[in-house]
Amino acid sequence: MADLMYWEAIRRAHDEEMARDPLVICMGEDIGVAGGTYKATQGLYDKYGPERVIDTPISENGYTGVGIGASFVGVRPIIEIMSVNFAWLAMDQIANSAAKVRYMSGGQLTAPVVIRTPGGTAHQLGAQHSARMEKVFMGIAGLRVVTPSNPKQAYGLIKSGVRCNDPVFINEHELMYNMKGEVPDGEYFHPLEGSEVARHGKDVTLFGYNISVHWCLQAADVLSKQHGIDAEVVDLYALSPLDRAGIAESVSKTHRAVIVEEAEPMVGVGAEVMAIINEECFFELDAAPVRVSAATVPIPFNRTLEKATIPNANDVVKAVLKMFGK
Amino acid sequence: MSQLSTADKKRLLRSMLYARRFEERCYEAYVERKIGGFLHLYPGQEACAHGVLAAAKAGHDYVITGYRDHVHAILCGAPPREVMAELYGKETGSSKGRGGSMHIFDVRYRFMGGYALVGGPFPLAVGIAKGIKMKGGDEISICFLGDAANNQGSFHESLNMAKIWQLPVLFVCENNLYGIGTRIDRSTAVLDQYKRVCGYDMPAKQVDGQDIEVVYQAAQEAVNYVRSGKGPYFLELKTYRYRGHSMSDSNAYRAKEEEQEWARRDPVLILRDRMIKAGDMTQDDYSALDKEIIDEIENGVIKFAEESPEPRVEELEKYVLAENDPYVRGGAK
Repeated sequence: MADLMYWEAIRRAHDEEMARDPLVICMGEDIGVAGGTYKATQGLYDKYGPERVIDTPISENGYTGVGIGASFVGVRPIIEIMSVNFAWLAMDQIANSAAKVRYMSGGQLTAPVVIRTPGGTAHQLGAQHSARMEKVFMGIAGLRVVTPSNPKQAYGLIKSGVRCNDPVFINEHELMYNMKGEVPDGEYFHPLEGSEVARHGKDVTLFGYNISVHWCLQAADVLSKQHGIDAEVVDLYALSPLDRAGIAESVSKTHRAVIVEEAEPMVGVGAEVMAIINEECFFELDAAPVRVSAATVPIPFNRTLEKATIPNANDVVKAVLKMFGK
Repeated sequence: MSQLSTADKKRLLRSMLYARRFEERCYEAYVERKIGGFLHLYPGQEACAHGVLAAAKAGHDYVITGYRDHVHAILCGAPPREVMAELYGKETGSSKGRGGSMHIFDVRYRFMGGYALVGGPFPLAVGIAKGIKMKGGDEISICFLGDAANNQGSFHESLNMAKIWQLPVLFVCENNLYGIGTRIDRSTAVLDQYKRVCGYDMPAKQVDGQDIEVVYQAAQEAVNYVRSGKGPYFLELKTYRYRGHSMSDSNAYRAKEEEQEWARRDPVLILRDRMIKAGDMTQDDYSALDKEIIDEIENGVIKFAEESPEPRVEELEKYVLAENDPYVRGGAK
């Protein structure tokens, strides 16, 4: 096991898949000559050339559609959208073409593309560069949505995404590209469905995904050391389809659930997980499930206001303590 | 550049008349409520798809279009009875009843689909061309859309990318003068669509879309150019649709004089009259052909659609995602 940074793991997955299959390409803004905003494609332009590492114009809907069209005839594109905020512009091609073509063609045509993009709120990037859009993609039938919380997942989800015959949307995070973690030395394919127990516990389940897994782990540490509460942390790396069985299994064990999301609560991951808990294991609950979510505001520029918008580990601790009446 | 032979003309006249009668029969079935949803019909524009696809290699070249797609699918090779069954929503339809009139697909014949977001197919066509180029094939990608699609951003984004990457894609603009119910001069700054292409440094030409021989000549030049690897090409065909935008359209926005003027330029009749005048057929031959086609549609197409089974509700969720894809579980070892 080598320690790789998140961006290095993504880059390695690109490199391996492109070396294996000449029809794997990557495309996006500044990914070639410039090497990629987050270095995810660094060096690949020199190795594979401009036909396969494609610097696109700033035309998000257009080039996303080009990747989708190419996938109709056997190409396996990895499409980078520089920031998830720009995916709004590509929404027509993602939602209307990639996600629906298998169904509306009666299974004749598929769009096996990977669309990867950083979401999340970083440091003072303002309202139009800080979106968390996973909830939007989760609501689209025909699209797989995954979101890696560590380098191993970042690597393995691209590997599986490239080879899977469905369109796969990978929601990365602006703040996580320099995070280090172990990645298997050999090829590794992460499942595109399911969830992972990131920390075993018995008193309460903290559900997180992507960056919020880390807030949950930090909170679990504090809860264990300072309050004697043994929290389980479940990493929902697959947001669509969600792991109903995994959610129910953990809640049936701990009987309490806190869902931690970086996005606003409305129509979000927390709401969806709560619904699943209701449907699958309501009578296992000892307390009403709770959400820890962002404030419902466009992300402010001011650093103090920005920090006040996004939840953190301390907010998770407070929510758990309140649930336990402490 | 070759001319259409008499045999070609006979074949194309038959095919255009077949397309006309097919669409008219769709209209009847819709009125009878046997076809639901939206229905966009092609009468008036037949010479466009026929002329271009006579010059291209139908079934070999990739074709993609918008929602007025029945005739394009049939010309690629899709069996008409399967297209009709799709309009009826049947399991035997081109898209197994999951697509409908606006989403005919037949990948066997490289008909890559009808799409219902105006301008949506532009980038898909460019992507198909990218795939052709990467795989080194001699196919071309042909994108048929209307004039109003050129007011979408995807038009400009796609033409730009097709040019910078020198991709084998032919954009065919069937300019029928209306975007849904809005006349082109009320929606579009430049009426001649080929002029809008000057920003993308590719050849662009405008010809009469009602005369199939004219379309065929222009399309040969366009197809040869694209197939020879020189990059994209834009061909504008001036045409007119004889019915409303869709069946829900009362067509009240068009002047009767304008409709009558275009009715005199009916693409089927232009070719018919020319062939009669040249002694290649008689009015009686034409009437017999017409009757033969109407019978063929009734007995071979409508009957099949009406007698075909509905999709099974148990299979409602089939085709949403790939079935048993090993990578969903982390790969097949």
